Order: sequence, then structure tokens, then C-alpha cells
Amino acid sequence: MTISEKILARASGKERVEPGEYVNAKIDLAMFHDLTGPLTLKVLEEVGFDKPWDPEKIVVVFDHQVPAESVKTAELHKILRSYVKKAGIRKFYDVGRGGIAHQVLVEDGLAQPGMLIVGADSHTCTYGAVGAFATGIGSTEMAAAMLTGELWFKVPETISFKVIGHLGRGVYAKDVILHIIGEIGVDGALYKAAEFTGPVVERMDIGERMVLTNMAVEMGAKTGIVNPDDKTISYVTQRASLRYSPVRSDPDAQYYSIVEVDASALEPQVACPHSVDNVKPVSEVEGVPIDQVFIGSCTNGRLEDLEVAAKILSGRKVHSNTRLIVIPASQKVYLEALRRGIVETIVKAGGVVANPNCGPCLGGHMGLLADGEKALSTSNRNFVGRMGSPKAEIYLASPATAAATAIEGCIADPRKYLR
Amino acid sequence: MRSLSLEVIRGKAWKFGDNVDTDVILPGKYLILTDPHEIAKHAMEGIAPGFSSKISKGDVIVAGRNFGCGSSREHAPIALKYAGIGAVVAKSFARIFFRNSINVGLPVAECPEAFERVEEGDLVEVDLANGVFRDLTKGFELKITPYPEFLMDILKSGGLVQVLKKRFGRHG
Repeated sequence: MTISEKILARASGKERVEPGEYVNAKIDLAMFHDLTGPLTLKVLEEVGFDKPWDPEKIVVVFDHQVPAESVKTAELHKILRSYVKKAGIRKFYDVGRGGIAHQVLVEDGLAQPGMLIVGADSHTCTYGAVGAFATGIGSTEMAAAMLTGELWFKVPETISFKVIGHLGRGVYAKDVILHIIGEIGVDGALYKAAEFTGPVVERMDIGERMVLTNMAVEMGAKTGIVNPDDKTISYVTQRASLRYSPVRSDPDAQYYSIVEVDASALEPQVACPHSVDNVKPVSEVEGVPIDQVFIGSCTNGRLEDLEVAAKILSGRKVHSNTRLIVIPASQKVYLEALRRGIVETIVKAGGVVANPNCGPCLGGHMGLLADGEKALSTSNRNFVGRMGSPKAEIYLASPATAAATAIEGCIADPRKYLR
Repeated sequence: MRSLSLEVIRGKAWKFGDNVDTDVILPGKYLILTDPHEIAKHAMEGIAPGFSSKISKGDVIVAGRNFGCGSSREHAPIALKYAGIGAVVAKSFARIFFRNSINVGLPVAECPEAFERVEEGDLVEVDLANGVFRDLTKGFELKITPYPEFLMDILKSGGLVQVLKKRFGRHG
């Protein structure tokens, strides 16, 4: 069996499961945030029963509209806080306590190998980086998961993405996943589990693996997952004790397909408007003027992302035609970025550093785009209207490409800054 | 409150292409809304402004591949349902949107051939109980990919809330 099949089998009390089979599986962890939570509470209210099956397995994170930008949001936050208290949910990350959910759950060791995790957010698939089977659900299903502790799943077929070769200078996990999505398309892994393997993935640390699993949903996948190894175990056990013994795909596991990707051949990649699979090498889009650069999000707001951006920005200035917004993914990332002087470098370069939150990525809160503006972002979606005006355009790239672009005011190849 | 059979949905077809994402179905700035009727006013605003005032109750969206891709926002199927959309028929659906739609009681049907053969404005029918899609204007019918009984049951109950109510709610 594959790792995904093993986790779904264990969670549904079966010896084995086959792709296509429907199972009822017990949930190990369920997360909702400030934008999907209010609808969940509405459902609980309508049901007339709101006591969770196990408050210890529920995590609530405020990360989308943080701190509240409007009275409406402030009211939603207030309702959620009061529910969290009443329901006895202790894993609650209020303003200033956590950051972006997908960073916090991994960073604090809540997401662990072998777990079945659901979240009322499509990028819940990120937790596959530590060998969990994690997938996004809606608010009503979150209510069902909270009350019953279980949900139905169709066991997915698995596509194995084997990344071989070596990443060149200025080429990162982000470039690998953008390239993969460009090749396979935005529905290329629809309903499938995307398992990332191969020497390049094995050499990646947890943060880099999170970039791959995070964007699995952008090709339609139900989850992205990496087989846990010594790095995973060491990362998680530094933060918490392991709940399950980690499982890995068997050597004779059956795959829907195996896609081999040669990382050595890659140059930095850019996803062009308005689709994540409209991917081109940076050399084909260099010179496109950019009004706003955003470095952050659950895809690329980690310490190593801010660090490479600061390295490129150090001693340089953001171009006068461009604004740079940098948002650390969590309070912990923020604090470490402060300690290492990363924040200072970015501010000196003329960038704005905001508090940990989802920021401009989903166009609900801050850093929105006007009609006709172009942005280059390290986030995960470039849909029409995603970051504000439906007449704006969004390019997606790595933090290094973003930093180089901020300096030049137009899309730029970061490799010349990394010699 | 509880309908035990699935009625045939009949309405005008509205066509959309491939990869219609949840950001265009319901833009992110409206996610702080919780009243379904308020949410519905902005249905499809990112791709077809004014859509919710143009449609009549029971109208059907006929779309291409991967309908509803992107975010997990349940606001998207809620927007369509409360705007009056009777069903969405597509070549394929993004999985979270598919689950969310059934859970909020918006019928979704996979029918790979419908998109190529239906024209916008055709009078169409979605007959989930019999697994058939009909174009009454052109006079043809197509098979709908069946889904498992327990999902049909959720739809028949009017959505997952009703199922949860039955199990956990106070009776009487």
C-alpha cells in the first residue's frame, strides 16, 4: 500500500484499503480558522448541539483577517473566541499567538506522521510534508467532524512525483512545484494523492517539503504527501511526542502513475496570469513591470524564504515603481527574522514587514491590488480577482525571484544576485 | 423540511468554461459575510458581474473541467444555491467544492458530454434520481455519473445539516 492508503486503512479500522473504496475514518486533528469557522458555528447552532467530540483534537487559528480590519470581522472573532472558551478548545491561536495555521500546526508539532488531519482550508494538504494524510474540507463538514470525530473518504489513487537531479543556484522547491503544475495542469491530479519522492525531496528540509505539499491542491490533488524519514522524525520529536509510528509507502505500492522530474534542468519558474499552470521559465517573462511584490503566505513565508529575500535585498533598495510587502508566516518565524536582522534588512531596503497573517494572498485584508496593477507573489494562487481587483494580474514565483523583482521593478532572474 | 425524493431540476442553462475557481464564484472580500442571501448577491461576481440578478430559480450551470477549484470556501456553493441555481453540471469538479455542494444541498452532476452539446439559454433538466441530464431545447439526454447511495441520501435530506440535526439535534 501507499502511505496514503495505510493511513486511511488505520483510521478506518481496516487491514487494507483499495483506491476507489469509500471509508469512514476517524479524524486525528481538525483545524478551522477565522474565515471558515463562523459558518461552522452557524451549522452547529442550526443543529442545536455544539459540544465537540474531543476538544483536544480541534485547533482554531486566527490567520486570515488578523488583526481584525473591520467591525464585522471583529464580531466574528468575538463569536469564535467565546465558542472556543465554552467548548474547552485549548489549541487556540488568537491574534499574536500563532500565525498562519499551516505553519503553526507543523511548527508546533501538532501535525504528525501517520495522522489523518482535516482542515476547513484548502491548503490543509500542507501537513503531508510531515507524513500526515491531510486534506481540506468545507465548514459544514468541519461541523460534522467536530461532532462525530469521523468523516467519509474515497481512497484516492496516488501519483508519485519523483524529483531527481540537483537544484541549481537560485532554484527552489517553489520552482519544482510550479514546474510540476505547469506540466500536469490545474486538474492534472484531480482526486489523487500526490506523493513526492526522489533524491531532491529527500535532501529537502521540512520547510521546503511544505512548499511541495502546500501546492498539491493547485493541481486538484486531495493531498500532497512525503514519506517520513529521519529528518521528519527528528523535526517532530523536537516539538512533541509521536502519536503513531510513522508509515511509509511499500516498495511494491501501486501508483496511478509515476512522473519523473529532472530538477537539474530547471531555471527559476513563474506562473503567469490567470492560472497556476500557466508556467514559464523566468527568462521568458523577465522585464514585465511589477507594481507590488508580496513575500509570505503558507507557501513561502518561512524563515528560509525571508532569509533568501534578505540576502538578495541586503544593501539594495526596492525599485521606486514597486512596493514590497513581506509577511512572516508565524510569530516564531517573525521573532527569529528579527533576531537575525532579516526584518531590518528588508525595512532598510524599503519593504514593509507586516504581522503574521495570510495578507494579500486571498484579497480579503491588506495589500490589495487596483485595476490594471501587476503583482508578483510567493503565494499559491493567481486567479482573477484573488488579490483584489479582477482587473489586476498576479504572477507566482519563489522568494528569491520575488526579491530580485522588487529590486528591479520588473520580473527578474534571481541568480545574478546569488553568486 | 425533509424531502424524501429528489425532484427534477429544470431551468435555463448558463455556460462557463474550464477551471472556474471559487475566487471568481465568490471573491475573498465577501468571506466575512455569513447571511446566505447576502452571499448570494455576489455569486459569480469575479467572472460574470450581475449574475445573481440575471438568473431565475432552477437555472442550471453547465461547465467544463474542474469546476470549483481553489479554496475550500463553502460560501461558493452557498452563493450559487441561494442565488437560485438549481444544479451545476460539469465535466468534472474540484473535490472540496463537490463535497461542499452536496453538504449544503446544491445538486452537482458530473456529465462529461453536456458542455460540448448544450448552448447557453437551452432549457435543461437534471434528473438525479434517474441519473439523466436532458436538453429539452435540443431534445437529447445524457447519463450522469452516479454517486454512492450515502451521498444521494445527504442530498435527499436537503444537506448535511439536516443529517446532523437528525443525529444530534433536539427533537420536537
